[in-house]
Amino acid sequence: MSRQANRGTESKKMSSELFTLTYGALVTQLCKDYENDEDVNKQLDKMGYNIGVRLIEDFLARSNVGRCHDFLETADVIAKVAFKMYLGITPSITNWSPAGDEFSLILENNPLVDFVELPDNHSSLIYSNLLCGVLRGALEMIRKPRCTADT
Amino acid sequence: MADEALFLLLHNEMVSGVYKSAEQGEVENGRCITKLENMGFRVGQGLIERFTKDTARFKDELDIMKFICKDFWTTVFKKQIDNLRTNHQGIYVLQDNKFRLLTQMSAGKQYLEHASKYLAFTCGLIRGGLSNLGIKSIVTAEVSSMPA
Repeated sequence: MSRQANRGTESKKMSSELFTLTYGALVTQLCKDYENDEDVNKQLDKMGYNIGVRLIEDFLARSNVGRCHDFLETADVIAKVAFKMYLGITPSITNWSPAGDEFSLILENNPLVDFVELPDNHSSLIYSNLLCGVLRGALEMIRKPRCTADT
Repeated sequence: MADEALFLLLHNEMVSGVYKSAEQGEVENGRCITKLENMGFRVGQGLIERFTKDTARFKDELDIMKFICKDFWTTVFKKQIDNLRTNHQGIYVLQDNKFRLLTQMSAGKQYLEHASKYLAFTCGLIRGGLSNLGIKSIVTAEVSSMPA
């Protein structure tokens, strides 16, 4: 019984490593194709956006969250439900702006950056820009049009 | 604990991204497939290293192929290979009747010519895994009817 449980968590860890490694290969390829980091960032953001518009449907189908009444609730759901479901981590929400329309998500151990080291000549590369695009795409689909993402 | 859907979507985006960045002409098609396969190669190498850290040494080639069919495929695609055939002279045929990356796309013969783009990454994955286990190989894929 315990052996089977071990297998379960192991295979989950492995599939997250698959995602991490695939993402790494993707960023490497993009850096080779585009010379400057700005273009790579833009490309990652665009890809993330496309993923986000599809992911939101999958998310809504799997989780049973109802409508969010305000932005605060939206932020909560993103951090506690969505991130947990897809990446297995719960980022912390901080830095609320005085107008209540901006906040920061801090990811303590970002699974995308396991095994990754950025060389010095790519200092302006935003490695996790895909995540920003995903959030942007997903929120735009549920009609929060004035939403920008920043790292 | 990245969900399966995430990997599927990322993979599809990768394929369309690579093709978009190489707009013109027939000759680019082969180059794009090579790019995707090389990406799969690197991922396969890393993955097989992490995966076989604690497993025992493999007795022979057939053992390695069985490992790929069962454990490796289960980790990546959450199911096992449906059929493994060999001619005992170095050629192995792995058959998957419900290939995860194609099930969500179509069922039948309509988009058959586009299927190869989505298989390139997985071919690279297998080739990378085998190369890190000490086997130099060539991996090709064939789709007779989606999603097999």
